[in-house]
Amino acid sequence: MRTKLHQVGRRLLQALPSVFGVVVISFALTRALPGDPAIYFAGAMADKESIEQVRIALGLDRSWLEQFFIYVGNLFKGDMGLSLSTGQPVLQELLTRLPASLELTFIGLGLAVLLAVPLGILAATHPGSWIDHVCRVLVTAGVSLPTFFTGLFLIYIFYYLLGWAPSPLGRLDILYLSPPTVTGFYTIDSLLARDGETFISSLKQLILPAFTLGLFALAPIARMTRGGMLGALSSDYVRTARANGLARATVLLTYAFRNAALPLLTTLGMVFSFLLGANVLVEKVFSWPGIGSFAIEALVASDYAAVQGFVLTMALLFVVVNLTIDVILTLTDPRVGLDD
Amino acid sequence: MTRFLKHFRYVMGENPVTVFAFSLFTVILFMGIFGHWIAPYDPLATNTAMTLKPPSWSHPFGTDHLGRDVFSRVIVATRLDLGIAVSAVALSFLIGSALGCSAGFWGGWPDRIIGRFSDTIMAFPLFVLAMGIVAAMGNSVENIIYATAIINLPFYIRVSRTEASVRRNAGYVNAARLSGCTDGRILATQVFPNILPPMMIQISLNMGWAILNAAGLSFIGLGVRPPDAEWGIMVAEGATYIVSGEWWLALFPGAALMTAVFCFNLLGDGLRDLVDPLRRT
Amino acid sequence: MRRRDFLKTAGAVTGASVLPFLKFLPAEAAGRSDTLVVVAGQGINSLDLHRKGTNRPSYQVTVNIYDRLVRFGVTELKDGSLSYDSTKIEPEVAESWTTSKDGKSLTFKISPKAKFWDGSPVTAHDVKWSFDRAVSLGGFPAVQMKAGSMTKPEQFVVVDDMTFRIDLPKPSKLTLPDLAVPIPFIINSKVAKAKATEKDPWATEYLHKNPAGSGAYKIARWDPGQQFVYERNEDWALGTKPGVKRVIVREVPSASTRRALTERGDADLYMNVPAKDAKEFKEGGKIKVSGAPIDNCLHVLGLNLKHKPFDNKKVRQAIAFALPYKEIVEAAAYGRGKPMYGAKEMTPSTIKWPQPFPYDTDFDKAKALLTEAGFGKGFETTLSYNLGLADWQEPTALLIQEALGKIGIKVTLDKIPGANWRTAALVKKSLPMHLENFGGWLNYPDYYFFWAYKYGHLFNSSNYKNPEVEKLVDETLHMSVEDPLYAANVMKMISIAFEDVPRIPLYQPYLDSAMQKSVEGYASWFHRQLDCRTISKA
Repeated sequence: MRTKLHQVGRRLLQALPSVFGVVVISFALTRALPGDPAIYFAGAMADKESIEQVRIALGLDRSWLEQFFIYVGNLFKGDMGLSLSTGQPVLQELLTRLPASLELTFIGLGLAVLLAVPLGILAATHPGSWIDHVCRVLVTAGVSLPTFFTGLFLIYIFYYLLGWAPSPLGRLDILYLSPPTVTGFYTIDSLLARDGETFISSLKQLILPAFTLGLFALAPIARMTRGGMLGALSSDYVRTARANGLARATVLLTYAFRNAALPLLTTLGMVFSFLLGANVLVEKVFSWPGIGSFAIEALVASDYAAVQGFVLTMALLFVVVNLTIDVILTLTDPRVGLDD
Repeated sequence: MTRFLKHFRYVMGENPVTVFAFSLFTVILFMGIFGHWIAPYDPLATNTAMTLKPPSWSHPFGTDHLGRDVFSRVIVATRLDLGIAVSAVALSFLIGSALGCSAGFWGGWPDRIIGRFSDTIMAFPLFVLAMGIVAAMGNSVENIIYATAIINLPFYIRVSRTEASVRRNAGYVNAARLSGCTDGRILATQVFPNILPPMMIQISLNMGWAILNAAGLSFIGLGVRPPDAEWGIMVAEGATYIVSGEWWLALFPGAALMTAVFCFNLLGDGLRDLVDPLRRT
Repeated sequence: MRRRDFLKTAGAVTGASVLPFLKFLPAEAAGRSDTLVVVAGQGINSLDLHRKGTNRPSYQVTVNIYDRLVRFGVTELKDGSLSYDSTKIEPEVAESWTTSKDGKSLTFKISPKAKFWDGSPVTAHDVKWSFDRAVSLGGFPAVQMKAGSMTKPEQFVVVDDMTFRIDLPKPSKLTLPDLAVPIPFIINSKVAKAKATEKDPWATEYLHKNPAGSGAYKIARWDPGQQFVYERNEDWALGTKPGVKRVIVREVPSASTRRALTERGDADLYMNVPAKDAKEFKEGGKIKVSGAPIDNCLHVLGLNLKHKPFDNKKVRQAIAFALPYKEIVEAAAYGRGKPMYGAKEMTPSTIKWPQPFPYDTDFDKAKALLTEAGFGKGFETTLSYNLGLADWQEPTALLIQEALGKIGIKVTLDKIPGANWRTAALVKKSLPMHLENFGGWLNYPDYYFFWAYKYGHLFNSSNYKNPEVEKLVDETLHMSVEDPLYAANVMKMISIAFEDVPRIPLYQPYLDSAMQKSVEGYASWFHRQLDCRTISKA
């Protein structure tokens, strides 16, 4: 166990350079953005003098290098600066918005797993048949749809024409108030508050965006499941199990799938990170108050602190997700070492 | 070579989906090359007397808010979209495989630096990185290409690094080394050609990605400049008209976009079978 | 099954964004007749208009939750829509006012009915503190106060608790109307001072999130980036009691979603509707559209005199003759714009502003002028527009590009993201050819010229410089409209604008708002924001 802890520690250290790289690149990138935050911040009709005042107040009159060290120094103090466009501290913005993005991503991923795993198993049990081809075409179609396009048409059909879906207004319908914050996930919080109605409402809001997002994740999950299952089904132990006359379902689920599940977990980690990045557009289409829509607004407004904060948060999240997956793998599978 | 062709025919025969994708690809390629001659109308000519007309015989995909023919615009856009995707993928393929090969072949500090570099890019939310690059460098086709190329780099670096490191001690490489070839020559003549097949899969899958990426950038307003026709920007513009019932503005370019991406993804799958049937997953 | 038709009480705090004085919305089962749901494209970013960086949508907060000394009246337009009346100034916190004989001081009697939310009376001390704040914090508030000749705290005098005086360097017609714009709002100075610190003497940090006013509405809740909720102040006595008890303003970035919400009846009011939607709502008949041409506002094509060949008047006139005005009004403004082309005379006959310019689409004339200027073969240039206003600017730009191509001018389009727009177009004034949409808050032609035609001024994005215009504007700006010179000066200005055309007007835009049939009393305002005090629901 000691060596494992040691390995985890080393893995964390390994992630440090890329996190530092992210800090540097995001800093440089935001400074390269067109638009002058001092002018933006000084507001409409401000004159030259007040623009200069703002520039000094924001520390933008200093050299880049100085600004960078101040920024990094503040980061260590947990201060990510103030978002110009929303007027709130970036850290607070991100903390209130992150659960929204995570909840959407988790549900999207969950939906994708529910659809893709059976498809993958189905394809693996009938390799080369028309079922296999249909599965492949289906999941490939999913990954070929631009998320914003799918989102818009789903809204048009299910909200506007049919009226089945609630208005695409973010996490809750207009007349509901958010449940008391415990986790920040409305579905969980409303359950904790024993508020069934809010739970249903928040779930309804989630369906369309999560489905849009999930479509995108079908392909990698289904492919991985199919591949893993094919490998497992042709393995000795499955053949032995079959020869021993075990039921087909038992063989499939207990023997083959359990062995195919491990590489699937690694894929899920990657897909999760990927979805977290991809939901930027989905959030925009569905007015979802997550960190993605926040980042788009911030980028268009040259809102330095907000863009940097967002990118840094995402990078840290990626590191955490990958690390978690690695740790789970090492803990469950003795063959896997952490440093490869 | 004949073995390869046989294998090709076998895989194609086995896999009707790949055949379908391949024929789709030729159609798209044809439109990309000859689109400007096929298009029935000038894709840029406005006609304010004919705005927002639904599909009809004279305008099979309808007209847009300035009376331009959507059908012509969708066809003509093929070249630009393919152009962006091909250039971006070519760029990241060339740079990525050069970096990846050197990292895998030599190992040591180049490997470490290149590895850190690609880790750093991977740690970014890729789409947001692309947005940032285009926003910082300005709205133009070239910048979209650069941004798309940069965010795809790590994939090529990874694949070529792995493939090159596997092959650095292969028999034919050692033989070449013994016969006095320089490292650079070995890389170019022995290693690089051998890693091409796995890279082809990556390229094909990446083409779809690149098109989607460019379209996504256009959707948030950071894309191709008007009045050029491009699928993503057409969907983005059309999106505001869906609710008022002018669905054809977004649907047709969206469908074209999806078809192209779909085609490249299926082709990538098919190529994978072709190159290495065992690794098919 | 529409159980969401009442407000759910959760009775809990969500994060720090909820204001301390009201933690939850009371449960209410009586339907939505006293709740108004508004959808808006962009959310607010501060509750304090004096703070630096406060965005435009936030102006409405100030309008609804704070009071001013005076306000503009409301009038009914020919088509039945309501609009503010720039000629009628009504009492608000001030129950009466007098102007001294020399016109250099205004004295206001404060109404005893004016009470802050905490019950304390509004006094002259509060007014002075608030006005001092408006001129001291710099930025936009200071600039706007300056338009009314108010620049220094010394100008604001507390005569006694209930009497307040403003001293002016010279009499100006702009001072009184400038007190009715959102900027000079009155803050509860006792509350604010208690929160002020040495580093922050004007309590900007506190008032940014915690309003302290006397207005007809209070802010019950603010979830940045999502929504905010107004709740009626039942004790407000400075006007007719507002018709709706609660107003929920929800941020919906996508215009098509806003339209869908309105059409499906999930939203009661949709402010600032794009022209196309306004036109179709009107034709559809299910949704009521209330709209008026925005006073003192023009959508123009700006030609930057610092960039050749736009320094040549003939080139500018040639372009003014080549623009496809009719198509632009039809395809970009969907008819929701008053045409500003086709006048017959080169000199104006009235001081009405805006008024049509003496240009129309005439390619032969344009071509001739261009040849005369020595550009018979045409030239290349870039037309920039604001991505944030793409709904009308993009089609307009495309039509202009095509039309100018016909006289040999090759135009490349460049869309600029919103944040960079201000920098490039207005501050650096570096765009050769661009679309611009300035509208003056105070409805006088000379006020428009002050901002858009005087050299170096913010909205003069064309770098236009004409000594005669400079002199005329300076002379006229503070002059009373009754002054015999006034009309002559304004007409002179307009005729110079006709002749020189650094800004080519395309049309005067409408401010359209769509609402359910049950919504009454909506009026459009010069600040283009929601004033919910007059609204009621049937």
